[in-house]
Amino acid sequence: MTLPSQTTDRAAATDQQDLLTIGSFTLSSRLIVGSGRYQNAAMMRDSLQASGSDCVTVAVRRERLHDPDGENLLDYIDPDRYTLLPNTAGCYSPEDAVRVARLGREILRSLGNPGADWVKLEVLADPRTLLPDPLGTLQATSQLAEDGFQVLCYSNDDPVIARQLKAAGATAVMPAGSPIGSGQGILNPNNIRICLEYLKQDDPDYPVIVDAGVGTASDVAEAMELGVDGVLLNTAIAHARDPVAMATAMQHAIQAGRLAYLAGRIPRRAYATASSPEDGVIATHPFPRK
Amino acid sequence: MIIVVNGNSIDVPQDCKITSLLESLDMDTRHVAVELNREIVPREEHPERALASDDQLEIVTLVGGG
Repeated sequence: MTLPSQTTDRAAATDQQDLLTIGSFTLSSRLIVGSGRYQNAAMMRDSLQASGSDCVTVAVRRERLHDPDGENLLDYIDPDRYTLLPNTAGCYSPEDAVRVARLGREILRSLGNPGADWVKLEVLADPRTLLPDPLGTLQATSQLAEDGFQVLCYSNDDPVIARQLKAAGATAVMPAGSPIGSGQGILNPNNIRICLEYLKQDDPDYPVIVDAGVGTASDVAEAMELGVDGVLLNTAIAHARDPVAMATAMQHAIQAGRLAYLAGRIPRRAYATASSPEDGVIATHPFPRK
Repeated sequence: MIIVVNGNSIDVPQDCKITSLLESLDMDTRHVAVELNREIVPREEHPERALASDDQLEIVTLVGGG
């Protein structure tokens, strides 16, 4: 994986140095992976490793009573190796989301994990679409930011709400490619482009992450080629026929998409442009020369 | 006395502390956060914090999620 050495972006494009900065966090991979919906915990552990990610999302739920043999997620995710990103999944009101965010912070504090300082905010509108409630998300963002959280907002791909979330104090905005777990990829690349334009105007390092909807590796590459800073996904790996292989594919797709973005794609044209020279062709040319 | 933990009524001794409650419920104190009557009780305070009758507790942990 090499780029022409004269490009100034080359250093930025090599795997080791092209770090993702989100608030006070620095991640070596631009892929953030979820830990839900795996067939078993060992499969999850192996898939996380294959993905090359160093940041894993987790959910906060009631602990089981009297279950001494019950396994804990943390038996399979080493909190010294991964930065955990607690979410507020399952919350349908800003109040619940703030409450869950605070509980997640408390667990991560006890673990000594740096992820105590941030949260993936989800305020959902309804269980069928799992689309975000924009007004609830906005309200919770302000409150959590005031409370000292670095808030990563799961959002619709609407550029207007994206801009409002940033203004409300979001550390990163994470527009959905398509509904959570739907595997439909990036349904509206134009909206993602406008989100990028709005959010990065005068602030090129502001992190924009595509969160949700990824179905396969090409969706990740497409998102990265649009210029987003990273991709967050879960089901596309966890429910693939071979999750470890898909996790590996996702790692490659992140790198391919990122490099292609930095390299700069050619413009789309309606007509062909020949790659081989026209001069010196020995065949008959029935058309006027340009 | 009766307290409510994660929606379940349970009987605990008078003056039961949070740490002893967690132990009696077979919970790993490193992996949970405790909310007592809607207020988070920091882990450092668990050994000393006494419970009262009708207290409402939520004890949460991390699970897989996206």
